[in-house]
Amino acid sequence: MTAISPRTTSLYSRHLAAGAKLGDFAGWQMPLDYGSPRSEHLAVRASVGMFDVSHMGQIEVAGRDARELLTWALTNNLGAIGPGQGQYTLMLTDDGGVIDDLIVYALLDRYMLVVNASNRSACWERIQECAAGRDVEIADRSDEVAMIALQGPEWMNALGPLVGSPSPLGLEYFEITEDMVAHVPALIARTGYTGEPGVEIMCPWESAPRVWDALLRGAVDAVPAGLVARDTLRTEMGYPLYGNELSRDRGPIAAVLSWACDTKKFGFAGAESVERDIANGVAEKLVGVMFDEPGIPRPGQDVLIGDRVVGVMSSGTLSPSLECGIGMAYIASEFAIVGTEIVVDVRGRKRQAHIARRPLVARSPRTD
Amino acid sequence: MADESYPDDLRYHREHDWVRVEGDEAIFGITWFAQDALGEVVFYEPPAVGSTVSADATYGELESVKAVSDIYAPAEGEVIAVNEAVVASPGLVNSDPYGEGWLLRVRLANPDAVGALMDQAAYTAYLAGLGDA
Repeated sequence: MTAISPRTTSLYSRHLAAGAKLGDFAGWQMPLDYGSPRSEHLAVRASVGMFDVSHMGQIEVAGRDARELLTWALTNNLGAIGPGQGQYTLMLTDDGGVIDDLIVYALLDRYMLVVNASNRSACWERIQECAAGRDVEIADRSDEVAMIALQGPEWMNALGPLVGSPSPLGLEYFEITEDMVAHVPALIARTGYTGEPGVEIMCPWESAPRVWDALLRGAVDAVPAGLVARDTLRTEMGYPLYGNELSRDRGPIAAVLSWACDTKKFGFAGAESVERDIANGVAEKLVGVMFDEPGIPRPGQDVLIGDRVVGVMSSGTLSPSLECGIGMAYIASEFAIVGTEIVVDVRGRKRQAHIARRPLVARSPRTD
Repeated sequence: MADESYPDDLRYHREHDWVRVEGDEAIFGITWFAQDALGEVVFYEPPAVGSTVSADATYGELESVKAVSDIYAPAEGEVIAVNEAVVASPGLVNSDPYGEGWLLRVRLANPDAVGALMDQAAYTAYLAGLGDA
């Protein structure tokens, strides 16, 4: 039997040189860590780190009906953004299940969707389906576009000397611009998945090593960080991850993502289900969880109040910042109140915890 | 992280645990191979002092950020001490797996049984075999 070998990004040799432990992720061989995910996490919080996220997908939509198509295919109010701005949004099935969560960027002549690697083909198929009968050109650029996330309070000092103009440094949260990074043409967006200020840099696939090398040995050395640190960082912020918090089996209201849905017009695919969930309420809701004693929660573990199972952990880890167990859980709505004391069944050991406000750490990606 | 090594004064269990016999007592820990596979250790759940651990049975857990690993007792005995330094700083398992990163001290039920475990040569051959699998 021949195994399908996982794909590698153009930064593969850089990862090996940096001592990465590689692992299979959505069909890609990606750096899980470079020796100490804890140190990588703390470096992002305290100075600046960088992540190879070239496995993520980029789908471009252009043409006369591009806005109309995306207004239908995506949940958020696309009318709220103009060229140079991005928006967190969802793609739903007709029944209101989540196909993916993504960022849509409005560029001068087109839109660009940055989608999860694991959902790249599902998003592509859904956009094609929605494009039928519309005057649009859609293109999957995922194989041509590399992506490096530069994240942390020192991001400006790391990026500043490498850019062609000051404009990337002046971006507001979720804005995007075109510029040069280390003489490589790039799209630079003030977005990320860590809770720290920073940018995501998209550049031609084969040019990513030049950007990486420049950031590695810049005015401030960006610390290479892997997917494990990326996961602990996003968990501390309470950001949902597709496959953990989001799936086709749950809708945006249970995931507490009504803010990412246009609930004024409801003119998107899957809107009936969302409207119904808002009107009738949902059986369970996503909450943040913080442990009050030692232990580490893991996805799939039961959440109890007294002897009654009231929910299930969707994510769980040890917070490197707080040095305690943290996570997220879907909890029966009547108990989904910040401060509620719960117990998590960690392989038979009952750990005291409570429902906590997200973000679970006092950090923000905003600087304004 | 420490460099790969398998000291010749230890005996080894196939679940990648080591034992150092000191008279009728012994110290347990996990091997370099085990800590490397687990990654950066962030949590150690030890058994209670005074409890009994059975050979080939799990006695506790080590957790990295992403994974949980059971720890197997290479021999039977009564727990006389747990390494509280590792409870406080689990990374010691990575930085010094055969020294400061020890996990448990036990009074062996049958010190002679340890002789049946793998020695350094057998364990390194066993690891090489795993690599070929």
